[in-house]
Amino acid sequence: MAKRKSTTKMVPVPSDSIVPERDLGRAPVLETKHLGIDFGGLTAVDDFNLTVGATEIAGLIGPNGAGKTTVFNLLTKVYEPTRGAILINGQETAGMNTVQVNKAGVARTFQNIRLFNDLTVEDNVKIGLHNQVKCGTLTSILRLPSFWKKERLARERALELLSIFDMQDMASHQAGSLPYGAQRRLEIVRALATNPSLLLLDEPAAGMNPVETAELMDTITYIRDKFQIAILLIEHDMNLVMGICEGIAVLNYGRIIAKGTPDEIQNNPQVIEAYLGKQD
Amino acid sequence: MKNATKGTRYNMVTYAMVTAVFLVMQGLLLAGKVSNSLAGQLIPICVYVCMAISLNLVVGILGDLSLGHAGFMSVGAFTGVVVSMSLTFLPPLVRLLLAIAVGGAMAGVAGVIVGVPVLRLQGDYLAIVTLAFGEIIKNLLNNLYVGVDKKGLHFSMKDAQALRLKDGTILINGPMGAPGIDKLSTFVVGFLLVLVVLTVTLNLIHSRTGRAIMAIRDNRIAAESVGINVTKYKLMAFVTSAALAGMSGALYALNYSSILPKKFDFNTSILVLVFVVLGGMGNIRGSIIAATVLTILPEALRGLNDYRMLIYAVVLILVMLATNNPILMNNLTLLKKKLRGKGKGGASHG
Amino acid sequence: MMNLLLNLINGISLGSVYAIIALGYTMVYGIAKMLNFAHGDVIMVGAYICYCAMSYLHLPPVVGVVMAMGVCTLLGMTIERLAYKPLRSAPSLAVLITAIGVSYFLQNSALLIWKSDPKVFTSVVGLPPITLFGGELIISSVTVVTVLANIVIMLALTTFTGKTKMGKSMRAVSEDKGAAQLMGIDVNKTISMTFAIGSGLAAIAGVLLCSAYPTLMPTTGSMPGIKAFTAAVLGGIGSIPGAMLGGVLLGIIEIFAKAYISTQLSDAIVFAVLIIVLLIRPTGLLGKQIREKV
Repeated sequence: MAKRKSTTKMVPVPSDSIVPERDLGRAPVLETKHLGIDFGGLTAVDDFNLTVGATEIAGLIGPNGAGKTTVFNLLTKVYEPTRGAILINGQETAGMNTVQVNKAGVARTFQNIRLFNDLTVEDNVKIGLHNQVKCGTLTSILRLPSFWKKERLARERALELLSIFDMQDMASHQAGSLPYGAQRRLEIVRALATNPSLLLLDEPAAGMNPVETAELMDTITYIRDKFQIAILLIEHDMNLVMGICEGIAVLNYGRIIAKGTPDEIQNNPQVIEAYLGKQD
Repeated sequence: MKNATKGTRYNMVTYAMVTAVFLVMQGLLLAGKVSNSLAGQLIPICVYVCMAISLNLVVGILGDLSLGHAGFMSVGAFTGVVVSMSLTFLPPLVRLLLAIAVGGAMAGVAGVIVGVPVLRLQGDYLAIVTLAFGEIIKNLLNNLYVGVDKKGLHFSMKDAQALRLKDGTILINGPMGAPGIDKLSTFVVGFLLVLVVLTVTLNLIHSRTGRAIMAIRDNRIAAESVGINVTKYKLMAFVTSAALAGMSGALYALNYSSILPKKFDFNTSILVLVFVVLGGMGNIRGSIIAATVLTILPEALRGLNDYRMLIYAVVLILVMLATNNPILMNNLTLLKKKLRGKGKGGASHG
Repeated sequence: MMNLLLNLINGISLGSVYAIIALGYTMVYGIAKMLNFAHGDVIMVGAYICYCAMSYLHLPPVVGVVMAMGVCTLLGMTIERLAYKPLRSAPSLAVLITAIGVSYFLQNSALLIWKSDPKVFTSVVGLPPITLFGGELIISSVTVVTVLANIVIMLALTTFTGKTKMGKSMRAVSEDKGAAQLMGIDVNKTISMTFAIGSGLAAIAGVLLCSAYPTLMPTTGSMPGIKAFTAAVLGGIGSIPGAMLGGVLLGIIEIFAKAYISTQLSDAIVFAVLIIVLLIRPTGLLGKQIREKV
């Protein structure tokens, strides 16, 4: 798979990195500065500062309603932030829309799965390849030779991506008819097809059994290693988060209350309080 | 192509079906075995098949309800009349083809003008605005006067006198429509237009563009998240559909000696929508069959005189009730399976 | 100046008819989430019933109006029961096509019963016109009655939906059908009631419309139906005050467009206003803005 032009200049370790001692090697993929959004009078996310390194697996956790998905919606410009800045590969994203942010390198999955249900698994992935394998409308209508070449290429790429999850045999199935776990995996494949440098996974293990979750953990690490991309995930399954995330940020009432390695987070009294309430 | 997928094979059958029906009809026509009333229906059938396919592109493939499709048809129709009647020195077939081409182009332009504002809206609001545009187009055409003389074309939105024609002819006369059209349309050209519309639509659907359009239909937010420019592809589907409707409109107009703007009202838009829904949303072959059957049906019921439209209405309601009855549909599927199972052993049913 | 005033009054009067029809559209949309395209034809049926009562049975106008309301109420409930209720969980487009089928059915039934030749409708309001400013301004009594009827209906409906149990049930069902059912509200009865009220109002609108514009044909309801539907969307579909506002505004715009711009292009202008409003406020003037949850 073709790699994005990477910004390989060395940079000082950013102060907001979850794990400051980690050598990021290249510029961080994601940097947010004092990010915040208000809905009406309500502040949903405030002063959100986070940096994710180029090949880092980072976790975003917190109680229900803490604003985790809102952060994803801000990063992908489903919502326009009220305050602050988002930098993707060092590039300011102010004024960009969802499509442009995706082109800049951010892909995501959704908490409530959003597949193209009436289309086949293969078509879902091909739609992910929309900006990777291009073919003009007129070329398509006239069925010029380059149309067939591009279609073949898209099919090969789609099957190759599906093979990450051993899903190539399901290519002709209708996406909406897949079992729940397979739908979640297909969403990841579709996101990967857009050739991102940052992959946002919103509760990837939701609804999966322990065996499936264990497989998913392996696959997430595999994806990072193979594609050399950063992954930021929201998850309630602590085994998964503690097992694969190198850095974790904890969100409560729209603010980050703690950042650190899995060990640090597990022993942080503020985090324990946020999850379990104040202990007497 | 080595490995034809299931989809392309299905499409091939659709093309074969259309061609076979055409050949049979053409054969019967040559043999003089077609009744006058059916012969008169052949070109309208081609027109409505094209209209249904093109509307299905918006309603079924893009997933937006359009209630003003007849508006684009009328733009194509009146453009076609002006083109064909101002180029009388050319051979008839060239005039017809030019009329269809320019009619389609003008309807496409109308599609852009309508589509840019309309496609910002969603759901029922989008539907009502397409209805509004359909009515606006009809209203404007009702007030359009076009004439031709040696100096060329004259336009007015006031009345026929304002055209200041010097012994020329009035081509479009406001609410009276186009009074003197040369009937240039032929069944062969109608069939070819069906093939063109079918090819454009099917090729569009089974391509990167078509997938992007269907992605928007299935889940707009997910489509944006994978980098699909929603406005661009919605507009593309809408404009293509409008242009194809315009081409059908030109064919339709040149099948009659005169035509009124009133013909292309809300009811015509609805008529085509009924074809699309009964044929199955997104099902192009279904649109073709529904448009053909439902264009013939009222004619076939002519013997029942005043009751035919009433029967049509009742049939429409009953079909909708039946196809949306989960119990009935389940039983039907079971019955089909049973019949198929039995059919293996002995004689097949039906 | 007097001309302007007269146009304004005529506009409000025509708008009142649209508003009464729009109420039927908007209430049904709010509660059943469907575009009831047959609503315009219920107006036509109402007008025919009143016409028959007055011309054939020589009954007084009031009785004619009451009969029209009774028949239309029953008609509305029957249509809902037979054609729409089985489609509660069907896709909205299927319901729309069924509604179109019902519309064809009503128009063609009317064509069979009353034939296609236009009937001349005698105004139900027999009062003399009102003369103001020493004869400079003459307002027909139908105009006044229409506006008054609109105000009365508006007040009655607001009280009904705000104060009575059935009215509150309607609001609950339109907000969340499932939750309303769990609270013990009979959803089917509530929807049926909504159709009854909407259709009863349609009968009044039909009588008033034909009193002002006395030609009655099987297609009489179509265009006012579409206009009223436009009015409902303009005001924000699902909103009762929105239907009122949208209807009256549409009436004023139409009459002013006819008087000062162009009689022929008035429809185009009306629809253009709708489009412009929707582009600025995508859910109409008083409609709720909804944000899709991601």
